[in-house]
Amino acid sequence: MKGGILLTTGVPSKEQVESRTPPKSRRERGPFVVIECFQEIPCDPCHYSCKFGAIKQFESINDIPEVDWSKCTGCGVCVAACPGLAIFVVDETFSDTECLIAIPYEFAPLPGKGDAVRLLDRAGQEVGGGFVHRVLPGKKPQGTPVVWLRAPKELSMTVRNLEPVEKGGVSHG
Amino acid sequence: MKTTELAIVGAGPAGVCAALEAASYGVKVTLIDRDDEIGGQLVKQTHKFFGWHEKSAGTRGIVISRNLAGSVEENASICFMGSTEALGYYKDDGVLLLETPQGIEKLKSGRLLIATGACEKMILFPGNDLPGVYGAGAVQTLMNVHGVKPGDSVLMIGSGNIGLIVSYQLVQAGVKLAALVEALPGIGGYAVHASKIRRLGIPIFTGYSIKEAYGTDCVEGAIIWQLDDNWQGIAGTEKDLNVDVVCLATGLTPLCEFLWQAGAGMAYVPALGGFVPLYDENMKTTVDGIYVAGDVAGIEEASTAMAEGRLAGLAIANSLGKVSAGEFLEKRRVSLEELEQLRAGPTGKAIVEGLAGLRGQMGKRVSV
Ligand code: SF4
Ligand code: SF4
Repeated sequence: MKGGILLTTGVPSKEQVESRTPPKSRRERGPFVVIECFQEIPCDPCHYSCKFGAIKQFESINDIPEVDWSKCTGCGVCVAACPGLAIFVVDETFSDTECLIAIPYEFAPLPGKGDAVRLLDRAGQEVGGGFVHRVLPGKKPQGTPVVWLRAPKELSMTVRNLEPVEKGGVSHG
Repeated sequence: MKTTELAIVGAGPAGVCAALEAASYGVKVTLIDRDDEIGGQLVKQTHKFFGWHEKSAGTRGIVISRNLAGSVEENASICFMGSTEALGYYKDDGVLLLETPQGIEKLKSGRLLIATGACEKMILFPGNDLPGVYGAGAVQTLMNVHGVKPGDSVLMIGSGNIGLIVSYQLVQAGVKLAALVEALPGIGGYAVHASKIRRLGIPIFTGYSIKEAYGTDCVEGAIIWQLDDNWQGIAGTEKDLNVDVVCLATGLTPLCEFLWQAGAGMAYVPALGGFVPLYDENMKTTVDGIYVAGDVAGIEEASTAMAEGRLAGLAIANSLGKVSAGEFLEKRRVSLEELEQLRAGPTGKAIVEGLAGLRGQMGKRVSV
């Protein structure tokens, strides 16, 4: 199938994800944006949302966003701005064992700071447990809430969703 | 009989943008919708739109519709007739017959814009008449307008943007999505929407279709199966799903009855959703004075409908002598360029080809 695994399953390929991951030296320096938007679609608000100019100017509305990681501060503003909910921020410098991951999360009720959560990958499969580090609820009705998760460091490029633990009643945290 | 300079049937994104544009040149507009609210399908679109940053990209459909409704209400040149069904068009007299809450009325207009949008396509399978089989638009209306859960567990048919978006919104409403099936080998809608529902754990089966829905008085389950290269189900690949709702997102088709009635030139273009009117670069049909905009002119995104509406509004104002020649040509150029860019990506390719076919046929027609 033209378009590969992304267009048959909705899950991007390993190569696609790697193409949006900065080099190790940059990852060790602090939080960075990961834009998982791989298809030409008529959309450009991510570029305008970044006050640091880290998402390059679009020539055509259909361009695929391109990041200049040297300018990205990992602030997370673009995460809430993307209508495709395709942008994440990862911070691998949080601690020796844990990373932070910012995830756009449009579900009610919002989890609270410190809550234990199940960590899900791009296919919605549980890959481990983590905690809510911070919640930015956004302004209703327009805003997209952003949940910053604390997760095992080795899952920084795997975890892309969360599920409150209370839902199933089992704690993996 | 009432008269107006421009009558618009349909107060969705296309109709409203046309009304605002035409009114900005002083055209007196009557905007008609069977709903009591302005916004058409936007009133249930809780997701954020794509498009240009400066043209409401990143804004939720519900917010866009509120903004548009506010602009219409403030505009003294636009008269909105809500809860009004347009029953027919009498081409010999150019009269629209309307059923208003006060009774039947006739409306004669200098120009007529048909912005009636589209309706959902049904597909054939055993059990498709059981209660619990819904169109995706109906499910969205139930949930997002009326706050009613359509059921507890859903099988979604179709992976276009509507199928993907409604799946996501069902989960937001606390409904379980058992699976999404797509008969084609690949997902039809935007990949970002597909990724959004995949990370919720919703399985997507491409190359699959529904074999049947079953149940005594309503849907109690549904069976899906894999399709071969000839679109036939493959025995042995069946999966039995415990669902109480089958939601059809199998495409839209233009609501163009008025255009047939008016005797407008029509063409069958599968990429545009079925029969569509022939129209020129002013959004004018083959009938003098009758224009189209939005899904009725070919199924596309709301951002395209809005752009087409603005173009039709401009062209209508110009045809009534209210725009200077220079301004008209310049604004039309910008509008056409905007439409071209919206369709420039790979997802717009089939649409562009379909439209090119329409233009070819339009060239051969003379106004009737
Ligand atoms: S995280 Fe902040 S700095 Fe980095 S691209 Fe997004 S908005 Fe720009
Ligand atoms: S805003 Fe999001 S969906 Fe739109 S182009 Fe940027 S990353 Fe892609």
